Amino acid sequence: MKEWLKKHDTLYFMLTNKRFVGGMIFILSMVTLAILGPWLAKIELRWYLENGVKEALDPTANIGIPYSPPSSQHWLGTNSFGQDVFLQLVYGLRSSLLIGIIGGGLATFIGLVVGFVSGYSGGMIDELLMMLTNIMLVIPTMAVLIIIAAYLPYRGVMIESVIIGFTGWPWTARAVRSETLSLKSRGFVHLARISAVKPMRIIFGEIAPNMLSYVFMVFILQFGGSILAAVGLDFIGLGPTRGTSLGLMLQQAVLWNAIQLGMWWWIIPPGAIITALVAALYTVNTGLDEAFNPKLREM
Amino acid sequence: MDILKVDDLKVYYKTLRGSVKAIDGVTFTIRKGEVLGIAGESGCGKSTLVNFFVLPKEPMYHAGGSVILEDKDITKLSKDELRKIRYEKISIIPQYSMDALSPTKKIRVIIRDIMREHGRHVDYRLVEERLEMVNLSKRVLDMYPVELSGGMRQRATMVVSTLLNPKILIADEITSALDVSTQKFVIEMLMGFMEKKIVDSMVFITHDLSILYQIATRVMILYAGKVVEIGPMEEVIKRPVHPYTKALLYSLPEMNVRFKEKRLEGIPGHPPHLLNPPRGCRFHDRCPIAKNRCEEEEPPMIKVGEDHYVYCWEVKA
Amino acid sequence: MGRYLSKKITIYVLTFFIAVTLDWAIPRFMPGNPISILVSRFSALPNARKVLTSYFTQSFGLDKPILVQYLNFWKAFFHGDLGISVYLYPKPVIDIIKESLPYDIALLLPSITLSWIFGNWLGALAAKNRILDKTLIPVLYVFTAMPYFWFAIIIAWILGVVVPIFPISGAYSYSMTPELSWTFFLDFLYHWFLPFLTLFTVMLGGWAIGMRNMIIYEIEANYSRYLESLGSSDKLILRYAFRNAVLPQVTGLALQLGTIVAGALTTEMVFSYPGIGYLLLQGILHQDYFLIQGCFLFIVLSVLAANFLVDLIYVIIDPRVRYSYTEGA
Repeated sequence: MKEWLKKHDTLYFMLTNKRFVGGMIFILSMVTLAILGPWLAKIELRWYLENGVKEALDPTANIGIPYSPPSSQHWLGTNSFGQDVFLQLVYGLRSSLLIGIIGGGLATFIGLVVGFVSGYSGGMIDELLMMLTNIMLVIPTMAVLIIIAAYLPYRGVMIESVIIGFTGWPWTARAVRSETLSLKSRGFVHLARISAVKPMRIIFGEIAPNMLSYVFMVFILQFGGSILAAVGLDFIGLGPTRGTSLGLMLQQAVLWNAIQLGMWWWIIPPGAIITALVAALYTVNTGLDEAFNPKLREM
Repeated sequence: MDILKVDDLKVYYKTLRGSVKAIDGVTFTIRKGEVLGIAGESGCGKSTLVNFFVLPKEPMYHAGGSVILEDKDITKLSKDELRKIRYEKISIIPQYSMDALSPTKKIRVIIRDIMREHGRHVDYRLVEERLEMVNLSKRVLDMYPVELSGGMRQRATMVVSTLLNPKILIADEITSALDVSTQKFVIEMLMGFMEKKIVDSMVFITHDLSILYQIATRVMILYAGKVVEIGPMEEVIKRPVHPYTKALLYSLPEMNVRFKEKRLEGIPGHPPHLLNPPRGCRFHDRCPIAKNRCEEEEPPMIKVGEDHYVYCWEVKA
Repeated sequence: MGRYLSKKITIYVLTFFIAVTLDWAIPRFMPGNPISILVSRFSALPNARKVLTSYFTQSFGLDKPILVQYLNFWKAFFHGDLGISVYLYPKPVIDIIKESLPYDIALLLPSITLSWIFGNWLGALAAKNRILDKTLIPVLYVFTAMPYFWFAIIIAWILGVVVPIFPISGAYSYSMTPELSWTFFLDFLYHWFLPFLTLFTVMLGGWAIGMRNMIIYEIEANYSRYLESLGSSDKLILRYAFRNAVLPQVTGLALQLGTIVAGALTTEMVFSYPGIGYLLLQGILHQDYFLIQGCFLFIVLSVLAANFLVDLIYVIIDPRVRYSYTEGA
């Protein structure tokens, strides 16, 4: 009964938390935009399609008049090559979200396993894993990403997500380890231990459920972190070699003097959408923190 | 002579589903020169009572009754007036006394800062004297709390808490984490504070009646936010009247087991939820001698001996 | 204390070792064999023989056993030989890096320290002021969510194009040559301002939010409750909380350095500011692998050194660290 009320409580606080709800609504609308994007682009670029320009829906096709500001024909204008900015934005958003899910998910998973094993087993394994984690923490991730990406002749969104995932886990591992240690020292795990319950049962039966909310929050942060890392990598010129991405759009914009030419429709939307998305993720995270942590709740 | 008079005090917690009535109409006094013990299971209202005196904070609120300290009702005082009373009149050695001092400040600085908050200068001769009383050298002053052992930190906290010679000192579960010989030592030090008139009266809170027996002059037993029995220590231990007190004493052999972890032996069931406490006597569903009346009406206060009162229907005066 | 230091030093030595090894291994084990491409590019250049006798290029000698290659790489590294740039041929990479170093220091040192100090101060203010907390913190959240380079782009556009007050490219005017004079210094400062402002602003949010959250956590700590129980004012409690909260922020500084440096790289790219970041961009655009590798090593080693410095400072200022390692086992 008490457990049920507690769960009920958290859910209640989650759903009444303005930050959580607001952030979530924004994220979901971005996801919707990414999903419905190509379909919306059909409406946007109907003129081209009606006139038989078949490649109009390819974001890298130079279909329009270069340097045109937003209009009914090009909702967000065109860039220096005559490519449609809205179309690029939609596809860029898709790859950003994908990288967030895969990269963030991978980083969360690795961090979780390393931190968990480290905190749970202790001793030599703990020492070694933490050594590895600390080493990964000091090496600037971006530098490693740069050097790996620089030597990869063909890069796709998948590969980018994977390298981001494999370099982004250390702080999660550290946090999960200390969380595991604190849970381990609590009564119920000890009780399970002395009554000779198998380690796996303890981990999945006792510790994991208590960490679920925590893991969810970690994933949200990793999700945002991966998006930012990928955008940075793209901007340096080490993003996907084919297709488009938000970072790539901005790199092109800078290289082709969009700033000096005042092409605000090319430089503002890609960055604004990333910023808003990541800010929404952080907001959801604080909202969840308030919901899960009674001390932060406002009565 | 009464230093503090608590009359029908009600302290509730605001929650989503209504008020939790953690202290619900408690009446008692603290007399000059006595050690009043307060005992009960966890959740009986002990901590709420303590926090109401030293740290009244949301979501806790005062729902009725009065607390008279030196002719003033402190429940009616402003935040700033209350701030002055704390430490100078009512001080506390908290449950977490082993880590009550900020780890990154030297003890000397902590003492200086707290004293300054009450407009006092530090008399280091006095501080050293007090440190000596609890077996700490004056070198401790220039150390960081992290350099001291848990026990040393607790003793340093005891000195800090009593520097202004408070009228009432609350010792909140300070012996729970200690082994038996250390418990004895701490109690001796507290008695020393009483003898030297550093503190006038003391409130000693614990779930462990055997410790209370060593130090308290009177004892008050709480159950589910209400007083069930109050009387001279000696008499309550030797001749408990309320069935709950009897059960509590019956569980004594396992004195170091926390009630949180182990339910009361001898009486099945849990203490009631304080969101919607049952009518009548709050102990009725666990009570071996409960009658119909106990479920309907609140029990009256019955005088069962000199200075000895019990709240029960089934007890004769 | 000795235990703490020896543990830290072990980590740093290992990290250093791994970083250099990575720098050696990555081009070697990548698909497409970038090394043979690189070496072939060199043989197409004039004076190829001279270049190929460089220690560094020798260490790539693919005909030798892998272990020898590895040892040669280390040898070259300790001789300060990071190879020769293709893009700025025939300049040695180490010299190119040395030239851009002052610009990085001039940009990073003030922006990191000032944003750290100011950010922590803002965070502490927000923690005790409800109105500030409700208004300022959301804005700061937006700052931390921004890619550095995008903010750089926006600042450059607003203050360089819409209202053209500041130059948006280079470290000094095209007509100037670096010299020790007031006119050059002022010109340098004029060009320095926007990149500095970008880095300062974007970093600010992270520090302020971190500080605010730490203080709110510390206010719940036992020592804060004790102070309050003894009738202390909120002011004193906050002062104590600040003291305890600012120390983890020092560690935060160390942990964030990698991210900050990465952010600085992209910012330099936007402003064509001739630091390591700009150099790296050139290296990538021109596929100048020695330059990329050199930049990587340099970035990793400086972040490592800075981290070590922060760790040393930490031992001095935090009694908890000092004693947990002297007393503990």
